[in-house]
Amino acid sequence: MPELDDHAPSLWQRINAYHDELFMAPWRAGIARQARNEEEILVALLFLEALGIPGPADYYALELYPDLIEAFHRWHQRMGMETFPEAGVCC
Amino acid sequence: MPAFYLIVITLGAFYLGYRFYSKYLAERVYALDPNFKTPANELADGVDFVPTNKHILLGHHFTAVAGAAPIVGPAIAVYWGWLPAIAWVILGTVFGAGVHDFGAIVTSARNRGQNIGTLSGKVISARASTLFLLIIFFLLTLVNAVFGVVMAILFEAHPGSVIPAVIVIPIAMCIGQWVYRMRGAVLIPSIIGLVLLYAAIPIGQMYPIHIDGLADMLGLSVRTTWVILIFAYTWVASRLPVWLLLQPRDYINGQQLLVALVVIFTGVIVGWDTITAPAVNDVAEGTKHWFPYLFITIACGAISGFHSLVASGTTSKQIANETDARYIGYGGAMGEGSLALAAILACTAGLGSAADWNTAYASFGAASGGALDHFVTGVGHFLSNLGIDAALGASFAVVVVVTFAGTTMDTGVRLQRYILQEIAELAGFKSLVGKTSLLTTLAVLIPLALALAPGGESAGGKGFAFGQLWTLFGTTNQLTAGLALSVIAVWVLARNRNPLAAIVPLTFLLFMTSWALILNLLDFLAQGSWMLLIMDAGIFVLTAWLIVEAVTALNRQRRTA
Repeated sequence: MPELDDHAPSLWQRINAYHDELFMAPWRAGIARQARNEEEILVALLFLEALGIPGPADYYALELYPDLIEAFHRWHQRMGMETFPEAGVCC
Repeated sequence: MPAFYLIVITLGAFYLGYRFYSKYLAERVYALDPNFKTPANELADGVDFVPTNKHILLGHHFTAVAGAAPIVGPAIAVYWGWLPAIAWVILGTVFGAGVHDFGAIVTSARNRGQNIGTLSGKVISARASTLFLLIIFFLLTLVNAVFGVVMAILFEAHPGSVIPAVIVIPIAMCIGQWVYRMRGAVLIPSIIGLVLLYAAIPIGQMYPIHIDGLADMLGLSVRTTWVILIFAYTWVASRLPVWLLLQPRDYINGQQLLVALVVIFTGVIVGWDTITAPAVNDVAEGTKHWFPYLFITIACGAISGFHSLVASGTTSKQIANETDARYIGYGGAMGEGSLALAAILACTAGLGSAADWNTAYASFGAASGGALDHFVTGVGHFLSNLGIDAALGASFAVVVVVTFAGTTMDTGVRLQRYILQEIAELAGFKSLVGKTSLLTTLAVLIPLALALAPGGESAGGKGFAFGQLWTLFGTTNQLTAGLALSVIAVWVLARNRNPLAAIVPLTFLLFMTSWALILNLLDFLAQGSWMLLIMDAGIFVLTAWLIVEAVTALNRQRRTA
């Protein structure tokens, strides 16, 4: 006998989900691109040293590195470098 | 004739069009395949390509294509009588817009979700991409110019609507903050926002905003001052992140659209109003004739090239199944046709007696200069049928049109910025590339100059060329539709199917557009309206170019086939 699905969304949840998707769908791509641009600026600023440029904020931003290393990895792959040439940075 | 009959006839024709003609298109012309893997499934990336439920996609496609244009065009076009206007809306929607919107989705989906600009370069010729870029440049310039004037006319005539029209900005920003910062659902705050917006309408009536003092200080007319203020606001708004203002305002517009359609149709039925406008208006000798002007005055609401940008830009990347294209493309076109019907009803059955109508539409100048006033008066009357004060009802209609126009301008300036950047790159002006503030300023100043261009009879004595600008806007819109239909026709022919469904509206549109452009050219020359003349001549050159490209591509494809 099939079990009753306790997790089936209620009508109200479905209405909410419909409107949330209606709100997001037309703008999802544009906002994701905008967020990516902002992330790229942040990554570029924080990883200046890895690119061979002295970064004035590096000392203060050291503790952000673990959180942004994945973003940096995605960035250099998007830039066409499958692995980052500098040893010990990310891959 | 009771206005209700017009609703039944139009919606009945739309139903038959959807039931039979769109079925023919789906099976014989576009040959939809339920097993075809759409770009949303093949290239799913959670950003551009996302398989989306067809009802959600219809909702967002419809609200993206519908705006103030299907209201303004029909409100002017009933000058020639209700019959030509409604006949063009029905025939245009069923045999034009339906084919065009539906076809743009399918063609794009079959080409990995590429947009019409890229497709025209691929399907027609490499030159067609440049042609597309130039057409869009003209289209966006005119869109921003006409909607800037639309808002200025309404604010000047209805100072009570300024507060509710402005209050939508902080409301939208709060919704944006709620959704993105607090991670909340959008429905409840947007309903609260809508209630607050409508609650601001009576407050606006109590405190109308007059800017005569500022206008006197600047030595300008009130309308010119409003135009400048609106363009200044647009400069700022288009620099804000989309999530903060544009996205939530666009969503509120979608809700307003539904509210407006419901209250208009309900008001007509409850009040059982009759159409007081003549079926065919016997216009004075020497005035613009409905043939060919009707077909460019009503673009959105009958057939509009702007839809192909939405259809190929976002919708085609999100359809989960190719067969959904019929429901979304053809269905969305019918939705916009219904909005045009609502505008026709407001301007033919909502203005009072036949004598009142004749006064309101005494000349083409009065029709175009007063189109918005006629629409808001009509909606006010329908709301009075529902027991709401007519002045409040009119203010509601102003808020609907102004919020639509404001969102369109915000989007238009953003897009124009990208187009200017592309044109600058093509032309070798490297110094402009990447200069967002400078490009935004150019994107605002070009339409502003056009909006302030002095005009003729449609100026309503206030030095504005709204009527002429509107017809120019219609021609560029139809030109964009012509380019999209050319792509669709060549694509269909390449698959050895009958392309007549696309070729017939394409030929009709290009013929009417060229004819209207020549008549306009002679008018502007006689009036010495040089800025409008240059604009018209530029669009005419693009039309001639498009005709050559379309004929060459179709012939080449016919020989290959």
